[in-house]
Formats: sequence, C-alpha cells, structure tokens
Amino acid sequence: MSPTTREGGRRAPSRVALVLRSRTTQGFLFTAPLLVLFAAFVIYPMAFGVWYALDADSYRALFSDPTFRQTVVNTLWYVGFAVNVKLFLALLLSGILDFQFAWIRVLAALFLIPWAVPALPGILSFRWMLNSQWGIFNYLLGKFGFASVPWLAQHDTALGAVIVFHIWKYLPFWTIIFLAGRRAIPNELYEATAIDGASALQNFRYVTFPLLRNLYLICTLLSMVFTLGDFTVPWLMTGGAPGDSTHVLATLAYRYTFQMGRLEWGLATFAVALPVTLGFIGLLLRWVKI
Amino acid sequence: MGDDMSAPGRRKRRGLQVGLSLLAIVILGWTLFPVYYMLLLSFTPTDDLFQPGLYVEHPTVRNYTYTMGQDNPFVRYFWHQIGNSLVVALWAMALVAAVAALGSFAMARLHFRFRRFVSGLTLFTYVIPSSFLSIPFFKMMADYDLIDTKLSLILAMVTFAAPYALWVLSDYARSLPPEIEEAGAIDGAGTLATFLYLYLPLIRPPLIAIGTYAFLYAWNEYLYALLLLTGEPRVTLPVAMSNFLTTDNAPWNLLMAVSTVYAIPPVVLYYCFKRYLVSGLVSGAVAGT
Repeated sequence: MSPTTREGGRRAPSRVALVLRSRTTQGFLFTAPLLVLFAAFVIYPMAFGVWYALDADSYRALFSDPTFRQTVVNTLWYVGFAVNVKLFLALLLSGILDFQFAWIRVLAALFLIPWAVPALPGILSFRWMLNSQWGIFNYLLGKFGFASVPWLAQHDTALGAVIVFHIWKYLPFWTIIFLAGRRAIPNELYEATAIDGASALQNFRYVTFPLLRNLYLICTLLSMVFTLGDFTVPWLMTGGAPGDSTHVLATLAYRYTFQMGRLEWGLATFAVALPVTLGFIGLLLRWVKI
Repeated sequence: MGDDMSAPGRRKRRGLQVGLSLLAIVILGWTLFPVYYMLLLSFTPTDDLFQPGLYVEHPTVRNYTYTMGQDNPFVRYFWHQIGNSLVVALWAMALVAAVAALGSFAMARLHFRFRRFVSGLTLFTYVIPSSFLSIPFFKMMADYDLIDTKLSLILAMVTFAAPYALWVLSDYARSLPPEIEEAGAIDGAGTLATFLYLYLPLIRPPLIAIGTYAFLYAWNEYLYALLLLTGEPRVTLPVAMSNFLTTDNAPWNLLMAVSTVYAIPPVVLYYCFKRYLVSGLVSGAVAGT
C-alpha cells in the first residue's frame, strides 16, 4: 500500500513537502542568510584568530615588549576610566534632560550633535584645537599668561585627549538610553513618594536608581566591550604617538600586523583581551533578550 | 495643585530653572564648540589659518569650491571617494534590510526550535568588537583575492550591522497581531507568500529605519575601509581624509570643508531617525532585566 492512497484517496504530502513545511526548516531557511554571514565572517575568523594565537612564543614576545605593557595600561585607562566617567555623567545628564521644560527639548536636540557627527570630523577638529603651535587652546592659554602645552606630543595629555574625545562623542548616546530608561519608570511611584514628602535625592536613591540599576550595569558592560575594541578614536587622535606610548590594543594590533608584518603578534594582542571579552559577553547574553 | 501655585513654590521653580540654565550653558559650550570650530576652520582662508581666534575675520567659501571642483591635489578624487562611500552604504542598506526582514520573520513569527541559538549568535555578533575580527577578515579577503573590492567592505558592513537591525525588527514584529498568519492561512497562502504579501508591508516603517541605521554604519566605518581598500580613487571618504594627516603640510581648512560635507548626511539622518537608533537597545536591556 503506497502512502499516497491512504485515507480514502486523499493525497498525503510527500516527504520533501513535509520537511519544507516544518517550522524548524522554515525557521532555518528564513534565517539562513544571517547564519551564513555569521558563520563565514564571525565564527570562522574568530576560530582562525584563536588557532593562530595559540602559539606561546607570541605571548612571550608580547610580554617582553615594553610597548605592549604600556598598551595594556592605556587600554585599562581607556576602558576602565573613560567609560565609567562617561556613563556616570550620562546618568546625571539624563536627569537634567528629563525635566519637563520646553527649552530642555531644544537643549536635548542640540546635545545630540556629537553623536550624529561621525568620529573623524570631530577628531580632526579636536586635533587642530590641540595643535601646540596654532591650536586655540594654547592660544587662549597664552592670552591668560600660561605656558603652552604640547597636548598631543606627550603621553599623559595625548591619552587624556583620547579619553576626553571618547566622552564628548559617546556621552549623548548613553544619555538618551538612560533617559528612555527613566521614562519607562511608572509615574505612580513618584506620586507615591511625593505623598511621603521625599526629596529629589531620596527619589533618586530609593526609586530611580534601583530601577535603573540593571540598565546601568548592562550599559557599562556593553560600553566596556565596545571601547575595548575601539580603533578609530585612538588611531586618528594620536596614532600611538608620541613614540608608540598611547596605543590601545586595537591600534597596537594594527601596528604589529600591518606595519611590522607580525600577523601572529597582532592576533595574540586581541587574544589577550578575549577571555575578559567573552566573560562580559556571557553575562550580557544572560541579561539581554533579543 | 494649590501648593504649586503658591509664592514659595513658584520661587523654587524659578530657582530650579536658573540653576538648570547655567548647567545648560556649560553643556552646550562643551557639546557645540568642537563642531563650531570645525565650521569656523572650513570658512577660514589659508592666510588666516595660522592666526587662531574664536571667529573668522575674512570668511570664504573657497574651501568648499575647491572641494566641489576637485581643485586641489588633496581633493583630486573627492567625487569618486564620496561615490564609493555612497555605493558601499547603499548596498549595506539594501542587504541588511533584506537579511533582517527575512530573519525577523522567523524570529518573531515562526516559533521554530533553534530560535535561542540564532538569537544568541546574533547578540554575540552585535557585542564582539569588530576590530577583533578585522585581521582574520583581512586575511580571508586576501585569500579570496577580494582586497580592494567594494564587495569585501560591503560584506563586512552587512555582517556587523545586521544584528542590531534584526533586533529592532523582531521587536517590532512581535508587537504585530497574530491575525497575519491566520489571514494567510485562510487565503491558503504558504509561509513565503505570507512573508511577502502580508508581513513585509506591515514592517515598512522600522525597515526604513534600520536601513538608515545600516547606511550610517557603513558611511561612518573607518577601520575596515582602511584595511580593505587602497588607492586614492577607490577608497571611501573617511580613509581619504585620514590620508591627509600623513603629510606635514595638510591644508586643515580644506580638510574641515571636506569633513563638513561628509558629516551632513549622517546628521540629517540621525535627527530624522533618532528614535529608532536607540529603541532596540533600550527595549532589549529593559525587557531583559
């Protein structure tokens, strides 16, 4: 008895049609383009990088290179200090932008400009402002009788410029995120505390912060991971100068790979940060839903 | 209510306004000055470039006319380069919209078994810094002889812009009523027909927004463009601009004019679509907690 003649002659779908109609197959077919992209350009490069980075010699070379040690310190400043200052300021500023005055809306709109302008024009503007001979900062310092500062020609102020630019550029984005988080808090909670006569500080301490805490934590992790891999800002602001003292991981890896021809060192530079990155990503995968 | 209208209440409110306006001035100074300085330099004639000041004494549009007319060695290929940026950004936009539309349909409307796996992989791609993958990606493109082609850059851009696009679209698609599939089933439409004729028209608004997101992602990209493209007529605008910096006598006023032209499309698009450019992250993070 062939399957097609079962049940009073009604034709049962063929096996191919059944497989095609199953939800699992359809789900895979619709997500196939994405899966192919991720497999080819995320998983494969990742595996390739890790495979190459397994060579212990590269790490011996890296850790005996003073530039690499300096780079790790710079990266910690960039990721640990810049990101946290930025997010703390964003949390405070989101409180200001949350006031319901009409002119605050105008302020909020203007405040977004650094986020909308691509990084490169902003960096170029900063670089010319910081130029030791013709920059506006040294010009103003001179007017008030101070000595000029070689901003981008010494390690501390050059790394400082990278950090300040990072805060300038990305503060608006995170402020909007926190503003949206604040707006998601039900108003009834504040009405309830108003009856108890709570001050603004108490409101923040007992209502706003507990409800924003998870968002704040997620944003901190996300921003740290993004900043850990940042190439554009440090590279275009200082390019590692003076004397390769202001590199971060991504710019040093670029220098090793493309300027010194040491591919395995470049990959090992990223691999050093991989355990921390994967740990952060693991936490994020648990907390964030898509 | 009555309490708010009383004299001390009003005074308190006015005090708050004054304090806030002082803060606002500081915030605006910090926010706008670098942008103002960029515009100022772009209108500065070369003779005045080395006399810093807070305004331009003899403003000129010559930097812009040089740029538009490709009338200086530094901007010789300006239209080629802005064209390259545009082509890459438009392809990224179209392809991201396509893969994210297909993917979001599966993620939000078909309750298939390996959804968690796909969403985990997507989130992983969103979070992992793209620079970590840049060296192997470069090597891969070199092996396939795709260095110096727009295709390689487009592939990278689509890969890295797709996760956020999928995120925003799936989020939107989940809020659509279940009647879509029911209507499709009544008409006897298959899954593909339901997707094409019922689902796609409904997600048009966020689709346009995530297309814009992908466009901006590619337009702003620097690292991958730097790695994958070489040769003056073939690079994108940001790479061409950063090449200015390698010479000692870079014409900064001209560079700022190019910067301004380069910044205009993103600024316009960001202001039109700003709601969609943060909504995914907020809803994901807020819902996830």
